[in-house]
Amino acid sequence: MVRYTFKKLFYMLVSIFVLASATFFLMKAIPGNPFQSEKNIPKAIQEKLYAQYGLDKPVWDQYLNYMDNLVHLDLGMSMKQQYVTVTSIIQNGFGYSLQLGLFAIIFAVAAGVLFGLIAALNHRKFLDSFTILIAVLGVSIPNFVVASGLQYVFGVKLRWFSVAGLNSPTDFIMPVIALALLPAAFIARLTRSSMLEVLSADYIKTAKAKGLAGRVIMVRHALRNAILPVVTYVGPMTANIITGSVVIEQIFGIGGLGKFFVNSITNRDYTLIMGLTLFYAVILMLARFLTDIAYGFVDPRIKLSGKKGG
Amino acid sequence: MSEQLYTASDFEKLTPSEKQTEKIVRPSLSAWQDAWLRLRTNKMAMVSLFILIAIVLLAIFGQFLTPYDYQTNDLSVTNQKPSSEHWFGTDSLGRDMFERTWMGAGISLQVGMYAALIDLLLGVIIGGIMGYYGGRIDEVLNRICEILYSIPNMLIVILLIVVLEPSMFTIILALSITGWINMAWIVRGQIMQLKNQEYVLASRSLGAGTSRILFRHLIPNSMGPIIVTITMTVPSAIFAEAFLSFLGLGVQSPAASLGTLINDALKAMTIYPWRMLFPAVLISLTMLCFNIFGDGLRDALDPKMKK
Repeated sequence: MVRYTFKKLFYMLVSIFVLASATFFLMKAIPGNPFQSEKNIPKAIQEKLYAQYGLDKPVWDQYLNYMDNLVHLDLGMSMKQQYVTVTSIIQNGFGYSLQLGLFAIIFAVAAGVLFGLIAALNHRKFLDSFTILIAVLGVSIPNFVVASGLQYVFGVKLRWFSVAGLNSPTDFIMPVIALALLPAAFIARLTRSSMLEVLSADYIKTAKAKGLAGRVIMVRHALRNAILPVVTYVGPMTANIITGSVVIEQIFGIGGLGKFFVNSITNRDYTLIMGLTLFYAVILMLARFLTDIAYGFVDPRIKLSGKKGG
Repeated sequence: MSEQLYTASDFEKLTPSEKQTEKIVRPSLSAWQDAWLRLRTNKMAMVSLFILIAIVLLAIFGQFLTPYDYQTNDLSVTNQKPSSEHWFGTDSLGRDMFERTWMGAGISLQVGMYAALIDLLLGVIIGGIMGYYGGRIDEVLNRICEILYSIPNMLIVILLIVVLEPSMFTIILALSITGWINMAWIVRGQIMQLKNQEYVLASRSLGAGTSRILFRHLIPNSMGPIIVTITMTVPSAIFAEAFLSFLGLGVQSPAASLGTLINDALKAMTIYPWRMLFPAVLISLTMLCFNIFGDGLRDALDPKMKK
């Protein structure tokens, strides 16, 4: 277990190193730099700018410097917003994104497990097919289509919720639904199929033969085992919600990380792009890592060994 | 012990009609024909298949149905509602939305298919090597895959397209750079499972070489999961492309994909909501049909998996 944890942590560090180097050299590969396009800058100012961002040094020195800063969690200065560090931008935006993401995860798991359960208990009946249909729709409709549809119907036409911003608790409803729909649909499908598998297991028959109440069997014996695969989905779900939040925040005008990310791309603010990419990657890797560890606790049949682990 | 148990009189000749009972009357079916028979009974999958064919045909031939084309501006008819003149309306530059929608569908589909094709090629080759040789090579390649996989692929794709100029080619390239890993792992798992089976041993003892075993035995027998993975790759590539277009990293004007059309429409959604409708419905329908068809295909190819 300890060995496994260290091994995973080691690979995480390797991945972050690879990603950091890749982003650095990709950004260096772009011809020119953000300060060249600006018109008629006196040479002295340009040189000063270069010096401020360390662009006057050889690439190798810049790389070492970048890596050194990274170790100290310094992601550098934004290239477009003056005197603003990337770290401070992340600090400002992360709160909104985290709230949105956590609500979406809670909503997705709750709705997904509930619908999956309903489908499995009504196997091959109307409610089952209905849930499957909704789940396939949920997987298929792109989240920005869902978001703009919700925004148009409930924000513009019916005026139930405000069109944009996160100023009152009800403002969370539309972005969270748009963000959670796809993971919820996935979880519903997962729960349904694993519930069906569990329900035909021998220990359920034993529980029934012992005369336990149906509710007890469902919750304590069946559901507890059936939601195990859902735990493995936490990693991919985090990835989904991160990429999803990028467009959802843009559509609903929420000043979270996603919005900064989109802006940094349109502005070609390279340090910000690099910083946010790394930050997202670390969050995702942490989520995957915690899932792996948690899975070992939840399902004792899985032995976490250093040799084999997905 | 000279007493005989049976005498000739105990036996009688089969009549010609009795001889027929052993004969196999039904034509023998290959695994593919079997799968096709199962698939045909799945109504949802078949409907999806027909809708997909219709979408592909319209994406190819839709441009010939109206007198307009996707890039000619006509500033006298900007922002029109759908009408008998312009079936899906026009955009802010007076371009016919029917033309643009099907052009966009064509580009989205092409991105999806090329991305799936490259995934297939890379995934089968690399996964095949990993599964067949195992040992050191497998371990090294697997580590590389794991590291690549642990980096969020959408971020890599975005970074690559920021660096390269956005175009259909760069989008496909960026999507394929990490896309093949999943396919490689599926092929690897299949081949590891299959390579120890008796028919492979038989083939090898008859003198078959590595490439024959790989391409005649192992890969054809892994085709089921491979095909299902491809059908699932296409919609996710279409989504990824739409996502990129949404960030302004998609194909550039005057060309358009469904994602760019939706993004353009979103800016004016409160005033011209219908412009959003057709591309949004079309992209959802395409992904829906691919997903349902993929599910049906998986059930048909592997009936044991069906739940």
